[in-house]
Amino acid sequence: MPVVLKCHRGIGPTVAGTALVAADNFSARYDLDRLKGVFSRPAHKLVGQSYVDVILVLQTAKGGVASAWMLREMTARNMAPKAIIFNRTNTILAQGAAFAELTMVDRFELGDPTTLIRTGDELTIEPAAGRVTILNRDS
Amino acid sequence: MLAGEHGPARQWAIRHQVAVGQFFDAPDFVAVGQAHIMADTESLGPSGVAWLEQLAALPSDHRRVRIPTITDPRGLDFDSYQRLKQTQVMADIEARAIAAFEALGVLMTNTCINYQTILPPVRGEHLAMGDTGVVIYCNSVQGARSNFEGGPSALAAGLTGRTPRYGYHLDQHRTGSRHFTLSHQPRDLADWGALGGIVGKATNSYWEVPVLTGLEAVPNSDEMKHFGAALASFGSVALFHIPGVTPEARTIAEAFAGRPVPPAARIERAAFDAFYATYAAPGDKADVVVFAAPQLSLVEMAQVADLLDGRRVHDATSLIVTTSPEIKFAADRMGLTRRIEDAGGIVAAGVCFYQSYAREMAEANGWQRLLTNSAKLVNIIAGYGYKPSLASMARCIDSAVAGRIV
Repeated sequence: MPVVLKCHRGIGPTVAGTALVAADNFSARYDLDRLKGVFSRPAHKLVGQSYVDVILVLQTAKGGVASAWMLREMTARNMAPKAIIFNRTNTILAQGAAFAELTMVDRFELGDPTTLIRTGDELTIEPAAGRVTILNRDS
Repeated sequence: MLAGEHGPARQWAIRHQVAVGQFFDAPDFVAVGQAHIMADTESLGPSGVAWLEQLAALPSDHRRVRIPTITDPRGLDFDSYQRLKQTQVMADIEARAIAAFEALGVLMTNTCINYQTILPPVRGEHLAMGDTGVVIYCNSVQGARSNFEGGPSALAAGLTGRTPRYGYHLDQHRTGSRHFTLSHQPRDLADWGALGGIVGKATNSYWEVPVLTGLEAVPNSDEMKHFGAALASFGSVALFHIPGVTPEARTIAEAFAGRPVPPAARIERAAFDAFYATYAAPGDKADVVVFAAPQLSLVEMAQVADLLDGRRVHDATSLIVTTSPEIKFAADRMGLTRRIEDAGGIVAAGVCFYQSYAREMAEANGWQRLLTNSAKLVNIIAGYGYKPSLASMARCIDSAVAGRIV
């Protein structure tokens, strides 16, 4: 049986993809080179890595209201992550996900998803059901 | 509105607000007095501008906002963009965005210090404010009630006149949850920003409310502005209390709503020294010295002008000052702009540097080392390829004149 993680009801459609995990935070304005599609802030744990078409698993959203517009712009250019999983998001990224119709979930019953999910895990996210499934691991 | 009887703009807005409200378990909506839209063209991008233009093409009664709706700094100042080597393409998309917002009935205030200059919020007033520095100031110093509202959500609030009731609209989220006490007093605006950075890093959550004790003097509005902006930037924090100073915390007991006061984390001089050391680069060439983030008050504009009098910015260094259009008019009238520009500085209005294509400006001007007295800016700007340093306004100006960090 795959591992099933329960979370709060999320935003956006059901998606499947590969996880990229870091015990770090997220701001589209502060952390990314959105033209190249990589993390660019030198102090970020994912610096130099591509965020395009992966499921990001991170701690929280950081200050910066701009991310609310930027997720939609990134999606329009096909330079966006497939989904974002947070331990706990702030309002901006939730609003940005709603505007971009990007999948986003947070608030997991078992705690911090950056410790529950590993980089390379194959995931399915069902936001309406509040459910994330790790397909490549047995419970 | 949900059924589309008030047009597709309001239908989009209320649908967006329902999705966000459900995500945060909002029980209902609350009427808001103002909306403040962060929507610089770098963030909007071409797709965002095209989306705004679709709304702007709707019939007047379907497209115009229902409450006073104002704007955060723009991506470009038409009077200074060529001196900053911003491009005509940037100016063209800026003009399109402004035309669209004006068609929606939005007032182009272009400021992140609206709480000082436009319509200061009132205690208990519900708002939909963009710009994290605006939200934390309105919540903490003025006792108003707003979440961080991203551009689309603030515009939605303007169109519907309400916002989902969650987060900082609710009493239960406004109680102090962390306690910090000072054993070293901030001396200038850079110190106040550094303090915001220190508390922000330690708090690091939108849902935590730090309470600050141990202050020996009441901070003024600019000091609160730099503290709050850095606290929001480093920690994603939206509300703080200073017992005896901020309106919802007359006492420390009130700050924690009568719950036991948690032991305080002590902030000593070493914490300030360590914060500055993170960004220290003594002797480095100063490519660009920036006073921004937040935009300068009239008092700060006068301080910069005074410090520059009789001096000249080094030929190899750029000095940029950003302020709101209202303060720029006042600074023009009082001769402050002329004094700053005669010394070699550039005064830009309605922008705030980091929202102004910072990466492209760095490449076009050959800038790398940036010196500022804004802790918020040093936090943001490294992501755009700059090497930031933090110093007091006086040391920033000494460095601009010397052409290297002194």
